[in-house]
Amino acid sequence: MREINVAKVREAVEAMCIEANLALTKDVQLAMKNAAETETNPLAKEVLEDLIKNERVASELKVPICQDTGMAVVFVDLGQEVALAGGSLEEAIHAGVRLGYEKGYLRKSVVKSPITRVNTKDNTPAVIHYRVVEGDQIRLRFAPKGFGSENMGRLGMLKPSDGREGVLEFVVDTVKKAGPNACPPLVIGVGVGGTMEKACLLAKEQLLRNVGEPAAEEEARELEEELMERIEALDIGPQGFGGKTTALAVHAALFPTHIAGLPVCVNINCHVARHRERVI
Amino acid sequence: MKRIQLPLTKEVIQTLRVGEKVYLNGPMVTGRDAAHRRLVETLDRGEALPISLDGMTIFYVGPSPARPGQIIGSAGPTTSYRMDDYTPRLLEEGLLGMIGKGRRSSLVRQAIREHGAVYFAALGGAGALAAQAIVSAEVIAYPDLGAEAIHALEVKDFPVVVAVDATGASVYEREEGARV
Ligand code: SF4
Repeated sequence: MREINVAKVREAVEAMCIEANLALTKDVQLAMKNAAETETNPLAKEVLEDLIKNERVASELKVPICQDTGMAVVFVDLGQEVALAGGSLEEAIHAGVRLGYEKGYLRKSVVKSPITRVNTKDNTPAVIHYRVVEGDQIRLRFAPKGFGSENMGRLGMLKPSDGREGVLEFVVDTVKKAGPNACPPLVIGVGVGGTMEKACLLAKEQLLRNVGEPAAEEEARELEEELMERIEALDIGPQGFGGKTTALAVHAALFPTHIAGLPVCVNINCHVARHRERVI
Repeated sequence: MKRIQLPLTKEVIQTLRVGEKVYLNGPMVTGRDAAHRRLVETLDRGEALPISLDGMTIFYVGPSPARPGQIIGSAGPTTSYRMDDYTPRLLEEGLLGMIGKGRRSSLVRQAIREHGAVYFAALGGAGALAAQAIVSAEVIAYPDLGAEAIHALEVKDFPVVVAVDATGASVYEREEGARV
């Protein structure tokens, strides 16, 4: 067994909250740069250049890239040979979020009850997804999620007879409905198969992949390519003002499912596609 | 570079065409979900509003906190459709301009046309850049709402695109033509 103090987790989460909101990772920066270079619609090109400039200004002045610094989503892969010390892992993660959002001058956007809606004032709780894996390390992946894009996600419990075409149409239709609201250019996470919640979890997890890195699995990769083509043809463009750059990437994943079902979940991210990773 | 002076007038709004990029200068107020709800509830009770909406431009934003020495934190637009249920009521109170991002309902576009108002889109997810055009910020109502409080802002060359003009035409409804 390897002993890990949960204080290390707290520190990592705190640092990731701040880093993620002040600068994009290289993969997203590169995708934006490529989009600005290849976009032919003049207004769309200008918008993309402004968005790139915005990210630069944010990093220089230490102002968040976007004022919606999101709800904190954390994926934890806990090695089964890790012995946790120093208290509760869960508490350490929430504490990391609390400290990160305070020290980073990030916006506190979480309400305690979805019905009565009083702000918790420290951006907690985080949404945490745990998985126990082999090994003696803890892998933390962090993605603050803005709700302009989160609100545009959709789950479809399709019929097996809807088939591959049904899946493609559902995703394209979701993007069309989201249009300008989700701050395009988008990163689109697609989960196909499993049960209702499995499809959604898969879709969310795809947003943590490096933008533009195709899926390893061939079936998923082909879906990604075809979806990109169809989405480009929608002419939504950056901010919805028109142009071909509606999505920076589509990331899809498949999972076995029941003989009677074909769940599809689409989780949309905006161009501020924040994702960070630490391994302890 | 087309500069527009705030507060807006109906005459100035008549010169704005959908899809056009303009730069705003002058005073505006902020307000998003919770503030809209309170404003409309106040009107429904027949009470006076804490701010005057006459000729005003409202920016749908909940800024991130300012660091010491900064005027405001990140301050880009939030998605506008969530304000749609409240907007016609505020237009009746004299509101003339709105700044947000994304589509508006056909009811809102119709009200915009009736009142000769305008809806601008700022760049969603470009809050750091938007903040550079804000020269002063002060909370003037509902301080308990935190980021959602109503702020008075003064802007200088704040870039926006005309998203719904006074004819009700929308920049987002290109393929279907300029219809309400
Ligand atoms: S959708 Fe993304 S870019 Fe747009 S306001 Fe929300 S967090 Fe910011």
